[in-house]
Amino acid sequence: MDMTRRTLLRGIGSTGVLAAAVAAGVLTPIRVFAAEWNKAAFEAKDLAGGLKGIGATGATDSKDIVLTAPEIAENGAVVSVTVASKIPGTSSIAVFVEKNPMPLSANFQFANGALPEARVNVKMGQTSLIKAVAIANGKAYVTQKEVKVTMGGCGG
Amino acid sequence: MADPMKIRATMAGDVCEIKVLMSHPMETGQRKESDGKLVPAHFIQTFVIAVNGKTVIDANCGVSVSRNPVFGFKVKGPKSGDKVTVSWVDNLGDKRTDESTVA
Repeated sequence: MDMTRRTLLRGIGSTGVLAAAVAAGVLTPIRVFAAEWNKAAFEAKDLAGGLKGIGATGATDSKDIVLTAPEIAENGAVVSVTVASKIPGTSSIAVFVEKNPMPLSANFQFANGALPEARVNVKMGQTSLIKAVAIANGKAYVTQKEVKVTMGGCGG
Repeated sequence: MADPMKIRATMAGDVCEIKVLMSHPMETGQRKESDGKLVPAHFIQTFVIAVNGKTVIDANCGVSVSRNPVFGFKVKGPKSGDKVTVSWVDNLGDKRTDESTVA
């Protein structure tokens, strides 16, 4: 397959092609420029599909990813999540909310001196595990934390 | 056209902290109006942060990023006065680019 990254990027809407290329191993997910929206990963209805979409199936549990999120979120519409990876060579970080209809929330790629750390506000439909995935040297690592979402402000 | 972003880039030692607040409804496509009609999805899909023209953050977002999203990043290397540019594109093709300088 003679396909340069440029032609790949030019083909807006060619996410299927991109996914196929990833699946075929032509491109490792780490080299895919995020400028094209990863439709397959973001529209996946379950965690497994989302992980697969970013090439993180079978991610290893790691204590070197620091996931900061509140224990209890009174407002599920804005839950502040900070993820920092201490794994050398971390090139990207993704945030999943396991029980959301589409679990993948955001995926960040770092370059040119950016530290592998990101803060993002996410929406949560209900109490759920938040999973942070870091990809370093082509390997996926994951850590998780449960955030309780209280409904109706009764502080349960 | 969406409202301007708020971009704050400040140095803390040799690390530049970049905070961005984007003005965007981030509709999930799952919310219903009082008349029972679904509000169509409208959300930022990608954004790029560059310092002096060099990409430092390249991001993808889904519908579960909060309304008027706030992002925070840290970048090693920038100096006071460097130019920070943030550009986003949403699922309807709307886009916005704003610029700030490292304080």
